[in-house]
Amino acid sequence: MTNEQDRIRLEDVAKKFKMHLRGGAVLPVVENVTFRVPAGKCVVLGGPSGIGKSSILKMIYGNYRTGQGRILVRDDHGWSDVATASPRRVLELRSTTIGYVSQFLRTIPRVSALDIVATAAQGIGDSEKAAKDTARRLLTKLNVPERLWDLAPATFSGGEQQRINIASGFAALRPIMLLDEPTASLDQTNCEVVIDLIEESKQRGAAILGIFHDEDVRARVADEVIDVTRFQPKVPAHA
Amino acid sequence: MTATPKYNFAYLDEQTKRMIRRALLKAVAIPGYQVPFASREMPMPYGWGTGGVQVTASVIGKDDVLKVIDQGADDTTNAVSIRKFFEKTAGVETTTETGKASIIQTRHRIPETELTEGQILVYQVPIPEPLRFLEPREVETRRMHALEDYGLMHVKLYEDISRHGHIATTYAYPVKVDDRYVMDPSPTPKFDNPKMNNSPALQLFGAGREKRIYALPPYTKVISLDFEDHPFEATKFSHPCELCGARDSYLDEVITDDKGGRMFVCSDTDYCEKRLAAGHLGNSGATEAAE
Amino acid sequence: MSALNEQPLLSAQLISKNYGERVGCQEISFDIHEGEVIAIVGESGSGKSTLLSVLSTQLMPSAGAVHYSMRDGERRDLFSLSEAERRFLLRTDWGFVHQDARLGLRMGVSAGGNVGERLMAVGWRNYGAIRKEAGDWLDRVEIAGDRIDDMPTAFSGGMRQRLQIAKNMVTRPRLIFMDEPTGGLDVSVQARLLDLIRSFVTTYGLAAIVVTHDLAVARLLSHRTIVMRHGRVIETGLTDQVLDDPQEAYTQLLVSSIIQA
Repeated sequence: MTNEQDRIRLEDVAKKFKMHLRGGAVLPVVENVTFRVPAGKCVVLGGPSGIGKSSILKMIYGNYRTGQGRILVRDDHGWSDVATASPRRVLELRSTTIGYVSQFLRTIPRVSALDIVATAAQGIGDSEKAAKDTARRLLTKLNVPERLWDLAPATFSGGEQQRINIASGFAALRPIMLLDEPTASLDQTNCEVVIDLIEESKQRGAAILGIFHDEDVRARVADEVIDVTRFQPKVPAHA
Repeated sequence: MTATPKYNFAYLDEQTKRMIRRALLKAVAIPGYQVPFASREMPMPYGWGTGGVQVTASVIGKDDVLKVIDQGADDTTNAVSIRKFFEKTAGVETTTETGKASIIQTRHRIPETELTEGQILVYQVPIPEPLRFLEPREVETRRMHALEDYGLMHVKLYEDISRHGHIATTYAYPVKVDDRYVMDPSPTPKFDNPKMNNSPALQLFGAGREKRIYALPPYTKVISLDFEDHPFEATKFSHPCELCGARDSYLDEVITDDKGGRMFVCSDTDYCEKRLAAGHLGNSGATEAAE
Repeated sequence: MSALNEQPLLSAQLISKNYGERVGCQEISFDIHEGEVIAIVGESGSGKSTLLSVLSTQLMPSAGAVHYSMRDGERRDLFSLSEAERRFLLRTDWGFVHQDARLGLRMGVSAGGNVGERLMAVGWRNYGAIRKEAGDWLDRVEIAGDRIDDMPTAFSGGMRQRLQIAKNMVTRPRLIFMDEPTGGLDVSVQARLLDLIRSFVTTYGLAAIVVTHDLAVARLLSHRTIVMRHGRVIETGLTDQVLDDPQEAYTQLLVSSIIQA
């Protein structure tokens, strides 16, 4: 059944930071990371803060370099290894296959909230109007007041910025969604909205890998929880 | 008694004439292209036609008949001096009649009388480079000519139109020669530009200070630059010559008194005199002649 | 993005440029594809400007080759082109935005004349059409229409840069070289300029090679970043990866040196 097919497979992934500015100190992050995320399911990465959960998401997105191992993602054409993919291939995967809601919104000066979400919504061949409609729908759903839509988010509150982030992440219906603490700055109402969005995505077959510090939210959306402490490096960090 | 100095025929030594003729041959072979030449010290300062004089001196022979005009007139200082110069150093026959001359040296005008095959028109040129005002670097203008890179020329015309509503250049109006080189026709009024096109005469251009020679062989295509929607238009005068009634010649404004009185008369003195001799009359004088 | 196996637009192979004993840049290779923006980042003396001059054929390399896919699809060795062909390329299919706008503009010619120059150079002969096209581009770079007849000497620094961009864009180039395009501009002015460049890249599918010492400019504009030091490539990759997870010592130093406002 297509719904049960995997979308993400990590095989023996490891990462360490080499900090040249600290005399070359090596900081291992994770090792032997192996797991899979099937289509239509939400897998949650659990574990204490600093254990490497965000780093795993970032490696899958190509934002962090993978030290060892394979990070396989499946798009319409088959499997690709993000760890060894060319930069152009990674960009292609990001625009067609992998969506990402980061913890922080990186704001671009002068671009309005509506435009940020509409740009994310606009797939190849979509009209600008359709993208704007999708953007408005999402912003409304996330309770972002209309008066903020034409403003650049640099001056928004943390929660407002987070909702722009979420809207952008969910605007393009990508088969893989990576969510890094999407409900961190949100109130109860908007947490519910995010849970809804996750459910909707699952329904249409998206594979979701997320980090949720909120136990309740986690309980509501997770189909499986992976304890990232399993992937702690054997050799501890040394100076 | 002081011995009068003996000059070589037409002042220049024969080797210099050969050098200039070589430059002229090159110029004729590449219409509109500026050929550098080793301009000589002449017994007149720069700015007084040394280029034109050197060209004339190199092509004139003892059987030639020379006419010299300055702004169309035979009797201004410049024209008189140059004519006397050649009378003294070459002993050639001189004339004021366009039709009788075999060589015509001119400053800033083309005669109204149509020229014929076998005639040579020698122009005095101050600045030979049409692109100079927009691009001061010689290296760059040479490259532009070599690569036929003339966009800048139209920028100048564009600027004119945007500033004045029309192409405001009224003299030294740039032309494209033989569909290849852009050339400065010397500071002749744009009124004269059409005369350069397909002329039966040989047209030679000499710039003494800038040390350049260029040429238009007979029957060369010479088109004034313009825009489709701002086509080149020769100047039209709203009144005829007050002396001879000519409607098709370039007119000079002559101040007649110190109360602001003025009249417009043909700049080409020979042309005007010929018309008067033929019985044409303008407003000054009694009656309008019957055409 | 279109098919990944499409031919690169421009391909630099082992470009080296020496000034006698002094090394300008050494053995630099990379490809750039249509619609891609690459930032070349480094401090003074890194060789980034030298590299840009070689890539845009304004300097001859001491070694190496640069190939370019012309508009007709043919792949040419840029240094085998005649000077006429190179000048034509630089004026139609390419653009070059200088750090100092005075190098990229004719200061004695009106804004409209500056923008129209490329059109006139490729044979446009209708004044009305030239003026209209110039006016449209001034509009797109957010310069008020009533300034079309003003001289660039009367423009602010930011306006001059936008005028430079309009002047280059008018022939719909496929590749634009930029040398510190925001250098010396006030921050708010920079933001506006970068926004404009970003929107042009997406709207017109422009490829661009942007030399900058400013990592924020690299992050905002580019897909990929090349870090240079002492004429060599230190690190290269996806811009966000190079800036968020720098691998090399020098890159880590650069990234950590940014003072947060």
